[in-house]
Amino acid sequence: MAARVSLFVTCVVDQLFPKVGMAVVQVLERLGFRVDFPEQQTCCGQPAFNTGYREEARQVARHFLDVFAGADYIVVPSGSCTSMIAHHFEDIFGKEPENLRRARAFESKVYEFSRFLIEVAKAEDVGARLHEVVTYHDSCHALRELHIKDGPRRLLAHVRGLELREMDAAEECCGFGGTFSVKFAEVSGGMARTKIDSIVRTGASTVVSLDSSCLMQLQGALSRAGLPIRTMHLAEVLASH
Amino acid sequence: MSHETVLHKVRTALGRTAAQSVEALPPARLLVPEMDVEARIRSFCERVEALAGKTHRAHSAQDARDYASRVIAGRTAIASNATILSECGITSLPGVQAGFTDRDELRALCSSAACGITGADYALADTGTLVLLSSLHEARLISLLPPVYIAVVERNRLLTGLDELLTILPRPAEQTSSMVLITGPSRTADIEQILVRGVHGPGEIHVVVV
Amino acid sequence: MSAAFDEKIHETLTDPKLQLAIYKATGRLVEERRKSIEPDVCPDYQELRTHAHAIKRHTIEHLDHYLEEFTRQVEAHGGQVIFSKDAEEASDFVLSLAKERRAHLIVKSKSMTTEEIDLSERLEHHQLESVETDLGEYIIQLAHERPYHIVAPALHKTREQVADLLTERLGVPRETVIEKQTMIARAVLREKFLAADIGISGANFLVADSGTVVIVENEGNARLTTSAPRIHIAVAGIEKLIPRAQDLAVFLKLLGRSATGQRLTVYTSFLSGPKRGDEIDGPDEFYVVLLDNGRTKLLADRGKRQSLYCIRCGACLNHCPVYRKIGGHSFPWVYSGPIGAILIPQFLGVRHEPGLPFASSLCGACAEVCPVKIDIPRILLELRSEVKKAEAREGAGRLERLAFRIWAWVMRHPRIYEMAGMAAASLAPSESAGWVRHAPFNVGPLRAWLSQRDLPPPAAKSFRQLWRER
Repeated sequence: MAARVSLFVTCVVDQLFPKVGMAVVQVLERLGFRVDFPEQQTCCGQPAFNTGYREEARQVARHFLDVFAGADYIVVPSGSCTSMIAHHFEDIFGKEPENLRRARAFESKVYEFSRFLIEVAKAEDVGARLHEVVTYHDSCHALRELHIKDGPRRLLAHVRGLELREMDAAEECCGFGGTFSVKFAEVSGGMARTKIDSIVRTGASTVVSLDSSCLMQLQGALSRAGLPIRTMHLAEVLASH
Repeated sequence: MSHETVLHKVRTALGRTAAQSVEALPPARLLVPEMDVEARIRSFCERVEALAGKTHRAHSAQDARDYASRVIAGRTAIASNATILSECGITSLPGVQAGFTDRDELRALCSSAACGITGADYALADTGTLVLLSSLHEARLISLLPPVYIAVVERNRLLTGLDELLTILPRPAEQTSSMVLITGPSRTADIEQILVRGVHGPGEIHVVVV
Repeated sequence: MSAAFDEKIHETLTDPKLQLAIYKATGRLVEERRKSIEPDVCPDYQELRTHAHAIKRHTIEHLDHYLEEFTRQVEAHGGQVIFSKDAEEASDFVLSLAKERRAHLIVKSKSMTTEEIDLSERLEHHQLESVETDLGEYIIQLAHERPYHIVAPALHKTREQVADLLTERLGVPRETVIEKQTMIARAVLREKFLAADIGISGANFLVADSGTVVIVENEGNARLTTSAPRIHIAVAGIEKLIPRAQDLAVFLKLLGRSATGQRLTVYTSFLSGPKRGDEIDGPDEFYVVLLDNGRTKLLADRGKRQSLYCIRCGACLNHCPVYRKIGGHSFPWVYSGPIGAILIPQFLGVRHEPGLPFASSLCGACAEVCPVKIDIPRILLELRSEVKKAEAREGAGRLERLAFRIWAWVMRHPRIYEMAGMAAASLAPSESAGWVRHAPFNVGPLRAWLSQRDLPPPAAKSFRQLWRER
């Protein structure tokens, strides 16, 4: 029987980039997985956690623990949300032993989308085709908290027609940073523009990443600058054919 | 003044009591590679030159003396009391003054001399570093005040690197009040990141390996 | 966030010359570091970091023990150790010693700790001339400014600005060639070294088993400061201890590489007490001033005490995309960049500049390069939570707190969450109109976002709607 995968689509994708979620479903189903979408899901609590509101983050995280209690695998199209669940739930449930235990049990079940493809589905070639020159942006939490670097590049390398051109500052932050992007808007905007300079230098027509929030920041700045470069989530690239 | 106050605050912060025992300290990490003398000399010279220092491999005492003489080129020089310098006859070169044991006299000469000449207690092959221990033989200021610096190193004094130095000298404080590692000429990049040599110490370094 | 912080940031961001200077300088340091830790030249770089972290952790956890051992060893070599609880006690010691020895001129080598306690200013209040001798620090002193960067204090100054300063303060003809500017400073400072009564240095490491003060530098000014005058005073924070001289095999390799990409800096001095009987030169008196100044407060916090592992290499500044935009002077104290963002709230209180822990995208580049593996992002997150708790106590930040309370409630009620999403989508322009440049209504965060970039149009249907319709 096909393995069951529970999709945590994230609030950003749910509300702003639903096509990314559909692309994830499409790729997983193409690889033979049975996708389950627990409809009670909302958010992992990261916005509150990163802004210093730990109690509010805890409340939302408890809801998450309840919703995904029966999951075998949880697949998340975001490095940042994956890291919140896998690493930071531990920080907020320090005084709730039962929830801490439940959170720890999630650590081995929760997978960022590209990692799930490589490590569980063992698929590098998912049969995608896209005639584009792309550049890949390492989103910070995927790179530094989950140590995801080669996987997405290997997946991109197997996309027919696609040319990957590395930018000189692939590992530099896009400047999003959650509430940082509005609390320090001018700094955040400056960081996005610096990042865009290095994207433009590659001559790529598309920027690919694992996190829709980074892509929202980059697309927002590209659009403001009037540059004809688009952004795509890795799942959208892999769903293309 | 606040000796006990501060120590008490430290202990309180850590939840420790006076004279409480200490858990095992992680062992020191010292790795000394195998490397023959010839390889050490090669690596050392390479590193010194990469830092814009000059090196000379002297075949004899006379050769070392000749090289020093060419560098000094008729200018004034002050030499330390290192035995190797008198053995090579460098202390008797014209213009070279040596044999100082008085601090004030030495300081006055160091601040006017064009060249400073010392031996070296050790040298480190992997970084191109000279190691000088302050003593009756080596004063601190000779390698520091004159704009041109010449060091004469005996080949058997070449160690592989810092790890070997600290293996031989686990506590340099037992030997001297001052051990200095010198790696290349004095430099700064404090204005617009532009490299300038010889800002306070010597901008020109010559190392003679004997 | 205070208005001053906001204003400094804006000033820095809108000064193109300064932006370029910061970007170039930090970029060069990043590149030099990268080259120096490549596997072929430093195959054991990661092991060195792991080891350094373990040693620092051990030392800090047993700091009282190592402070006592260090004190005994310094005394055994004829030096003296003075513990100071704050800036005032530290400078009082220097002042009284200067008075007793009838000293007039003091030369100083670069030290963040003496910057932290404003030592030079305190000395000058008592008619003592105190001269900074590191070239960058000297420039900063002439300009009456704070260091811009932990290892490159005058990073923000152009050669033109240096030329003006030298002319104005020293009365020399205007000189814009950097080599010549350096030689002007050398000549002035050489006189100071030879005339100085006291030399004051910092310390990069204090070695407990030997009573040794280790100083790392490139110019030679620290050697001169500690060798030429008859009195040497080293001022250092109590956290600078390491157990053994042998541990330097790890720390020196990491410090030079992390700071400037050097395998070893030009001069590394191991100073252990005053000049000994048969030695020819060196100081007659040797003092080590050990400073608390708030460090024991940090030490009491088990989770954040690792902030004290810092060896002041500056790598986190160079790699921080925020520091590279806002520079060093936006920070409200001498320490800047990621390490400043965690030290300042802990030294001065989280309410001193409540915006500070939030001035980070939490990208984690700082932790990745930290040679002693301080988990800076995690500490920033802790501090953010402390700021919010302090605000709640003081009744500040009410609106944001309320917003997050409502948000958390909505996120626990999926139906309401879904309806809220649909309501927001119906207010916004349609998806087909493309990315949004102007908001239909004026809400703070929305306005802040749109001040810099466009906003995606809300999707006509959320993912869950699409899922149901499959």
